[in-house]
Amino acid sequence: MSTKVDELRARFQEQMDAVKDAEGLEKIRIAFLGKKGFITDVMKSMRDMNEDERKEMGKVMNEFKGQVTQEIAAQGQKLKARLEQEKLKNDIRYDITLPCESPLGTLHPITIVQRELEEIFSSMGFAVEDYAEVVTEYDNFEAVNVPKHHPARDMQDTYYLDNGELLKTQTSAAQNFILRKYGAPCKAIFPGRCFRNEDVDASHETTFFQMEGMMVDTDISISNLIYFMKTMLSEVFQKDLTVRLRPGFFPFTEPGFELDIQCPFCGGKGCATCKHGGWIELCPCGMIHPNVLRMGGIDPEKYTGFAFGLGLTRLAMMKFGISDIRYLNSGNLRALEQFKTL
Amino acid sequence: MFLSMNWIRDFVNLDGIDLDELIHKFTLGTAEVEGTEHVGRDTYGIKVGQILTCEEIPESKKLHKLTVDLGDHTCQIMCGAPNARAGIKVPVATLGGMVGGMKIEARPLAGYESQGMCCSQKELGVSDDHSGLWVLPDDLPLGKDIKEIYEIDDTVFEVDNKSLTNRPDLWGHYGIAREIAALADRPLQPYPVQDLSAYGDLPEVPITIEDPELCYRYSGMTFGHVTKNVSPMNMQIRLYRCGMRGINLLADLTNYLMLELGQPMHAFDYKRVNAIEVGHLDGVNQFQTLDGKDRTIQPETLMIKSHGEPVAVAGIMGGLASEIVDDTDSFLLESANFDAVSVRKSAQAIGLRTDASMRYEKTLDPEMTVTAIARYLKLLLEIDPEAKVTSRLTDVYPKKYPVRVISFDKAYVDRMTGIDISLTRIEKTLKDLGFKVERQDDQFTVTVPSWRATKDVTIKADLIEEITRIYGYDNFEIKTSKMDLYPILPTPEHKLHSEVKNMLAFTYGAHEVHTYVWNDGKRLGELGLSNAGKLHLTNSVSPDIDTIREELMPALLTVALKNKGYAPSYSIFEIGSCVPSLKEDKLANEEKHLGVLLYGRSGMEGELLVRAKAICEDIAKAIKGVHFSYRAANETEVREWQHPYNSFVVSLGEGENAKVLGTLAVVHPSVAGKIEKKACAVGLELNMDEIYPLVKMMPQFKEPSRFPSITADATFIVDSTVPYSAFEQIIAREPDQHLERYDLMGIYVDEALSGKKSVTIRFTFTSYERTLEMAEVAAAMAKIKSDMGAIGAYCLDV
Repeated sequence: MSTKVDELRARFQEQMDAVKDAEGLEKIRIAFLGKKGFITDVMKSMRDMNEDERKEMGKVMNEFKGQVTQEIAAQGQKLKARLEQEKLKNDIRYDITLPCESPLGTLHPITIVQRELEEIFSSMGFAVEDYAEVVTEYDNFEAVNVPKHHPARDMQDTYYLDNGELLKTQTSAAQNFILRKYGAPCKAIFPGRCFRNEDVDASHETTFFQMEGMMVDTDISISNLIYFMKTMLSEVFQKDLTVRLRPGFFPFTEPGFELDIQCPFCGGKGCATCKHGGWIELCPCGMIHPNVLRMGGIDPEKYTGFAFGLGLTRLAMMKFGISDIRYLNSGNLRALEQFKTL
Repeated sequence: MFLSMNWIRDFVNLDGIDLDELIHKFTLGTAEVEGTEHVGRDTYGIKVGQILTCEEIPESKKLHKLTVDLGDHTCQIMCGAPNARAGIKVPVATLGGMVGGMKIEARPLAGYESQGMCCSQKELGVSDDHSGLWVLPDDLPLGKDIKEIYEIDDTVFEVDNKSLTNRPDLWGHYGIAREIAALADRPLQPYPVQDLSAYGDLPEVPITIEDPELCYRYSGMTFGHVTKNVSPMNMQIRLYRCGMRGINLLADLTNYLMLELGQPMHAFDYKRVNAIEVGHLDGVNQFQTLDGKDRTIQPETLMIKSHGEPVAVAGIMGGLASEIVDDTDSFLLESANFDAVSVRKSAQAIGLRTDASMRYEKTLDPEMTVTAIARYLKLLLEIDPEAKVTSRLTDVYPKKYPVRVISFDKAYVDRMTGIDISLTRIEKTLKDLGFKVERQDDQFTVTVPSWRATKDVTIKADLIEEITRIYGYDNFEIKTSKMDLYPILPTPEHKLHSEVKNMLAFTYGAHEVHTYVWNDGKRLGELGLSNAGKLHLTNSVSPDIDTIREELMPALLTVALKNKGYAPSYSIFEIGSCVPSLKEDKLANEEKHLGVLLYGRSGMEGELLVRAKAICEDIAKAIKGVHFSYRAANETEVREWQHPYNSFVVSLGEGENAKVLGTLAVVHPSVAGKIEKKACAVGLELNMDEIYPLVKMMPQFKEPSRFPSITADATFIVDSTVPYSAFEQIIAREPDQHLERYDLMGIYVDEALSGKKSVTIRFTFTSYERTLEMAEVAAAMAKIKSDMGAIGAYCLDV
């Protein structure tokens, strides 16, 4: 009888070795474990055996049945996994190098640079303010100490309007408003669009952005001014910059300075950006003129302050390498769509 | 302005000082130097020689063979100059020397050896004259190095005129020398002048100032018996290096004084001008200036007249008729001070800006008019000792500047600078610059010198500049400020603009553009739109761009026009200023608008309009608790660019109290069609100034119900003209207590419905206390359905 079992065992092994797919496996299962299968047959034939034989045989057959069941299940898993692998292998293969379309729009390069500066100044406790573009002569000139007959007020530079107002020629036009709004102490920047009546070419525009800043308190000094300018510009250019001050004259400052930075592009050796001088004149600044403080309702005997102006448009052009200023107001989407940034 | 270091050295000893370093200090302490040239460095070995013989040679028509006597030897030089001739003395570049960087070596020319080079003035850098050899005076010793006789060597530097705008004292070498002396810590020599008091017995010059408001001072003196008319070479060289040109002695001396002291002067031929009146002409006149041009003189222009006849435009240029000519031997010298604004306006009016007017524009020191005459006379007598003074100094001085005295203390300097500059250093700096300083302990009382008192130095802050610039900003210790801490939050306006820009760019994929604040009239014309606006530029270069815009959308449409063919569909936006109206006092009512233009192919209008409305709704959502409403625009509200029947008004709130925020409209098909055939566009324009003040509230959390919701759909048949908002109004009238929300599922229009549409709405009912019964919901739905009868809507299933 045991030879019968050995024979079955051998046959099972032979068939399992040859099985290729789930259907073949199912046939083996039916052949061995089915109602009319080999194992049932043997079990049935055990009725004719004596008790000892039956016991012995029962044990052997149960073991064999267990083994067959397990191996079939294991093989079934294996075949299923292989099938899945086969299927995955035949799945579509994607070309990751295909171009993709971005749904992102763009911010204007001026907006991007303006935000960067606003973040730097906000982090140092400066308020960010805005102001009108159509302003009075008082705002643009008188309030910042530009007297009636100053050449800056000549018609050729300023766009005058038929209601007696004008388009602001400088962000300083907001100084008076801001001094009055905040009083002292005051730390504020005010970016804005300015207008000058001049011929447009690659480096001149009638319409451009500036950013002005002011800081007023009881003991604001020239030493503080240099500190803030150096810190702020080092952040803007992401490197430790060397700055220098030269005397400069602006009606709304006293003393007034021209601030130069050592060229961040060549380190001062001389390149096209610094016109081979090693220094870039970047930022008119100075201690706020007592008359400007007074007109802003602040006592110049008690408070001092500094103010500075930055050419936002020029800075954006420098940072992005835009060689022609006319792109900025062109609305040319082929030019502007490049500024994708979050 | 060009400056000669030799000239400055007349007044301050700079021996042993590195000039380049000094000039750098000048840039950092006084005014920007745009360039420095060490002229003459590449020219040496030039000696006085005399041409002994001058032979023509058969090999060349141009070249001559010269024998030149150099004192200790003679040499042969081949020379092509047309004025080469025997007997004259000329500068000779000798072997081993250099001329303008060219080495002088013996070399063959036309087959003859040339052992040097005879030079022109241009070759030696002392004038532009290249017509021939520089013929030297006969009395010069042979073989002498020419640099010992003439100022071949100099350091010439150019100062940016703009940076001198506010320094009237720096428009001459003496003023610059004063700065240089302070920067180099060397003493300044007193200005050399002739004593004029010796001529007090001579007759006066008749001088009348008719308009003392515009002529602060007029000093005059007359001279005669002038025997020379050519200026000394070194004077001519200095004039040349500073950008001027020698004319004749008397005129050169006026220019020399202007460059040295900064005082413009004029010499009139005494035969033509022997009396002076300073005033105006009646009516408009023609006047011929020195440069030979006829000028139209307006009655406002201040003139110099003699016996009523105009002889000069005050402060700008003299007349041709009274100019100094070669045979002039007597002259009237003018040294005057005119009102800066008047000179600038006159120069603009006649279109002539001269070296003199440029200086007067800076508000010159009237104290120097007499100094200038005294200096002029000293120089004249040095050059022409036979010249005679024929009048006493006549000085009419109706308008004096007040003497300015400024007090301050050391604490003020410390506060303004943030550093500690010593008392002695403060005192010395101010004294070096010509201020009179009295000090008692920490207290300074400073008298401003006249040359700084016309406008430049008036308050104590001006003195801070003097002290610090000479101290040197590079020497400053830099420090952060000590300031109280307090929160600074972005303004609501700034925050809204920033959020809206981000949303449009990053959620709606729109591109931000900048357009001009004035209309682009030409392109608006191409779109069939008018160039409308309430405010105009008075000085625009073209009428196409002289109107300030009332709204943004026309500008965005011109951007679309410029981007023809860019992409089949895209969106652009801008937040910018416009002036839709004027206030009662005529001041501009400027508003910041958001404009969004959604552009696409025709047929997309509906889709674009929904997207534009979603932008509005998202802005409303950003400001919690705010509800925007929309209604069709009436005839008067429809703008030119809008579709007459698909234009909508966006408002805050509803009904009569609704506040208009902006407009949302399909772009008029005829306008869109001009951008591109088969194009369509939708525009949204909102007044951001009305939106940012709305209070932004934090969203309040509402816990979701723990009980399930029940939904029920209803499909209504209604007249197709009934808007969806009519359903909303009915539901809002008596909302069921368990109705949590309702959503539009779809609208179906079919010809079979003949003028009607079917509207499907899904209602969601929720209770916070219990699970709702179907019957309750059915009852609520029945009520809603019957209520809809009010707008003529009925359900098919009832």
